[in-house]
Amino acid sequence: MANRPQPRFPEPHTEPFWEGVQQGELRYQRCNEDCAEPVVFYPRHHCPDCGSDNLDWHASSGEGTVYTFSVVMQNRMPGFIDLGAYSVAYIDLDEGFRMMSSVVGVDNPVEDIHIGQRVRVEFEEQDEGEYPIPVFRPIQE
Amino acid sequence: MAQERQAAIVGIHEYPLRVAPGVSAMNIKVDSIRAALDDAGLKWSDIDAIYDAQDGEAGGGLQLAAYLGLRPTVLDTTQVGGSSYEFQAAHAMRDIAAGKCNVAVLSYGSTSASNRVAIGTGGRGGPATWATNMEAPYGSTLISNYAMVKQRHKFEYGTTDEQFAGISVATRHHAMRNPEAVKAMTDLQFVGVNEITPQDVLDSRVVADPLHLLECCMISDGGGALIIASADVARGCKKPPVWLIGGGEATKYRENGGDITTSAGAQSGPIAFGEAGVSPDEIDIAMIYDSFTITVAVCLEDLGFCPKGEVGAYVEGGRLAFDSGEGPALNTDGGGLSSNHPGMRGIFLLLEGARQLRGESTSQVPDAKLAVAHGNGGLLGGTHTGGTVILAKD
Repeated sequence: MANRPQPRFPEPHTEPFWEGVQQGELRYQRCNEDCAEPVVFYPRHHCPDCGSDNLDWHASSGEGTVYTFSVVMQNRMPGFIDLGAYSVAYIDLDEGFRMMSSVVGVDNPVEDIHIGQRVRVEFEEQDEGEYPIPVFRPIQE
Repeated sequence: MAQERQAAIVGIHEYPLRVAPGVSAMNIKVDSIRAALDDAGLKWSDIDAIYDAQDGEAGGGLQLAAYLGLRPTVLDTTQVGGSSYEFQAAHAMRDIAAGKCNVAVLSYGSTSASNRVAIGTGGRGGPATWATNMEAPYGSTLISNYAMVKQRHKFEYGTTDEQFAGISVATRHHAMRNPEAVKAMTDLQFVGVNEITPQDVLDSRVVADPLHLLECCMISDGGGALIIASADVARGCKKPPVWLIGGGEATKYRENGGDITTSAGAQSGPIAFGEAGVSPDEIDIAMIYDSFTITVAVCLEDLGFCPKGEVGAYVEGGRLAFDSGEGPALNTDGGGLSSNHPGMRGIFLLLEGARQLRGESTSQVPDAKLAVAHGNGGLLGGTHTGGTVILAKD
């Protein structure tokens, strides 16, 4: 089991995202105006491309590609101190948004994770707290 | 645009200690301001403008004029992390040109080492925000953020660990000639206070893959001060003026589909070089924020020293050493990697740039005429700022 830091509320931007996580959904926003970059992530109350507040939430397929990553060898923070070496990654989801997460489920994160790898979201239950945390696992080819 | 010379660095001081137990950050600021005024031949009451990054006990900024006992006509509290001082120098240049002030002071004090501030290896506290709620669960340390940029640079352009290591080798070469840097490394108990090879860098432990320990800056105490004056005042100062001839500022952040290997420097650099009317190939001294090797690598490209993706080949062969005969000379004081990094290194970039153009560096480049100081604040692989300042010899 894991013991990652939980999101904290009230925090109005990210509440719908975390409600989605509780329902097994990875949510992102799209702008409904005719703008060039309609995908909005991280969650906001406006579209950073055109400034509109006409946004809707959507559910992602949860599949994407590793854009880049690092493997943290030491972190004295509670929740990470016992993890051993763990990855931090930017994942490019197929719907066009990039999120920070972790690639899990590999024997050796330095050797077994690579840029361009296909990954799928899973919702990792935590020892404490009501929110599972979305992490990504390599898709077996 | 014709180059203008309306503002100059006339007084400098770098606080000599990197481990200073029992000294407050405000003490470091004030001692440094006094010493920089002495260096310029100016007095306390000559200061009419304060630029402050809100550092020191009680947060400086709003508190600083009262603490110093000054009544400035310009108060600028720009806080953009390590690039604060490049932003402030550019603002001072602009404010002096506009006639708002004549003698500006920039200062910095920090006791990060004595207070065991874990810059880079810990997570982030504070109130819940959209950013913390999306990132805190993943344990992304500051170092891992920069490591992600290095990982992508290696992937996209084939840059090797050996090539990145050359940046650490050059700064250590300079540090070994700087007695204050040698004392810093000694006081901070570096494993070896000596010249290093690329292999030494690769053999040092991995902190956050793919960044090795010897690719990461130190955490020190320290600080300094800088006096920037109008042309009229500068002509009456003790030392030759070091002119501010161009400034640029920019911000960059994570974007969907964005290129993590391009920094804010790609925007701030051309603005500064354009204002100065000079090009990167004319630069003798490159003072580039070396929080990590990757920061220097990306910024050399973004400032236009070489095309994007080609920094590996560019630095190979040791051109960044002050005595390479090729140039530009990188971080000739020893840099954040091997001389001084209390958290916001931006002020030291300007101080060493000024020393070089005065002929006072411990790794002096003969007849150095032009320097660039480029600060990077925040997270290179996330939200960050870039501040670029071009300095010219009198």
